[in-house]
Amino acid sequence: MTDRATIDAEGLNPGDPLPMLEGHVSHGRFERVLRAGHFAVSTEIAPPDSADPEEVLRRASLFDGYVDAINATDGSGANCHMSSLAVCAILTREGYSPVIQVSCRDRNRIAIQGDLLGASALGVCSVLCLSGDDVSVGDHPEAKPVFDFDSVSLLQTVRTLRDESRFLSGRQLDLPPRLFLGASINPFAPPRTARVDQFAKKVSAGAQFVQSQYCFDIDMARDFMARARDLGLTQDCYVLMGVGVLASAKTAKWLKGAIPGVHIPDHVIRRLEQAEKPKAEGRKIAVELMQQLAEIDGISGIHLMAYKQEEWVGEIVTQSGVLQGRKPWAPTRLSHIQPAKA
Amino acid sequence: MYRVRLWSVRRSRQMEWLYNTFNPLVVKLLRGVVKVFGTRLDKPITAVEAAAKGFFFDCKMCGDCALSRTGMSCPMNCPKTIRNGPCGGVRENGMCEVKPEMRCVWVAAWDGASRMQHGDAIKQVNFAVDHRLKGKSSWLKLAREELGDD
Repeated sequence: MTDRATIDAEGLNPGDPLPMLEGHVSHGRFERVLRAGHFAVSTEIAPPDSADPEEVLRRASLFDGYVDAINATDGSGANCHMSSLAVCAILTREGYSPVIQVSCRDRNRIAIQGDLLGASALGVCSVLCLSGDDVSVGDHPEAKPVFDFDSVSLLQTVRTLRDESRFLSGRQLDLPPRLFLGASINPFAPPRTARVDQFAKKVSAGAQFVQSQYCFDIDMARDFMARARDLGLTQDCYVLMGVGVLASAKTAKWLKGAIPGVHIPDHVIRRLEQAEKPKAEGRKIAVELMQQLAEIDGISGIHLMAYKQEEWVGEIVTQSGVLQGRKPWAPTRLSHIQPAKA
Repeated sequence: MYRVRLWSVRRSRQMEWLYNTFNPLVVKLLRGVVKVFGTRLDKPITAVEAAAKGFFFDCKMCGDCALSRTGMSCPMNCPKTIRNGPCGGVRENGMCEVKPEMRCVWVAAWDGASRMQHGDAIKQVNFAVDHRLKGKSSWLKLAREELGDD
């Protein structure tokens, strides 16, 4: 926290919480943007294999002015990296609005509840509840998988902490965590008919926003959203559709084969194969998907996952025009951070 | 057994009928047993339940049976033991992301539920399992709960 004189001179310390608005559950900027009815963009930061906080800020600085929230992944793909909580804490100190991803793979209910309180205490305002990838697909397949919760139980737990101000044990909290509550959806994997019902379960367990797995099939997204609207889910929950940036046809085939649950239609792969500059074509596909998704009724934003292509996030967001000229907040006092080379 | 498990899900409607018919009888019988013998017969009763449900459903004896709410597909066979599935990693052919040779237990569950009279129960949210119950009998739990209500 900053002393009074500095606040008067320079405004609010970026790490300080914003005042909470009427009807909001968090102090966060991400919730504010969505509730204000703006079309939002979130993205993913790859936590470094390093103990260097500057590296986190360098990676985040690529997104300055283009995104409303930054998801900090929690050992994604069951690979070990800097923890989601630490990445978020580094980001909140500069005023960013990170989304802490919490997976059920590595921690039991005692550890998770403690981390959620800690996250809120460190200024994190949004949480994404995930079941998590199995340890067998990651770089430590010999590890013990925990899975004390699944994503839906985790949602219920956050809601209990926040709304009932108590642990699952019943023990009261002095101050509940103020967390905007999110979940993931995958409309593009079997059993497709059940995917909307699964979404509904997450909403009834407390999800206020959802971010989806990569969408490369616009027809499937339209169909899913139509059924979600029929169930009234888009009234209770903001939907951010996932968009990926494919580097080549080879990457697309690898993703499709190696990451279960990723659905990439053949025509997308053909387009990359036939393109003279596949990388640029991959970005073009992302831009087009964002524009098409923004047209679908009930979609409130895009979750742009540009793994290893983070330097292109700004250009893709700008070209898509989905922000309609709005410039998301970005910290201005990062002079000590050398911008990452774009 | 994997094949029998799949067979049970394919016949989820008949299994549901069997469950609805016999479960109250079993629980009623066990109430009597519990009243007379206390906890002395818990071990053999649990062994019978484990054998029967193990044969038909590959039951893992979580002690908090959800079969009637999961299309007769035991969720504890999911490598992530997800109680509100499926996860986002189901393969295009409906197989498990962790065990590609196994049909996703939640693909099976929604399929089984679609044939059941009260299949909509799958839409209810299940909270995480109480790990103290692992290895204990769900039947005895129900019998004792009913006794507690008396």
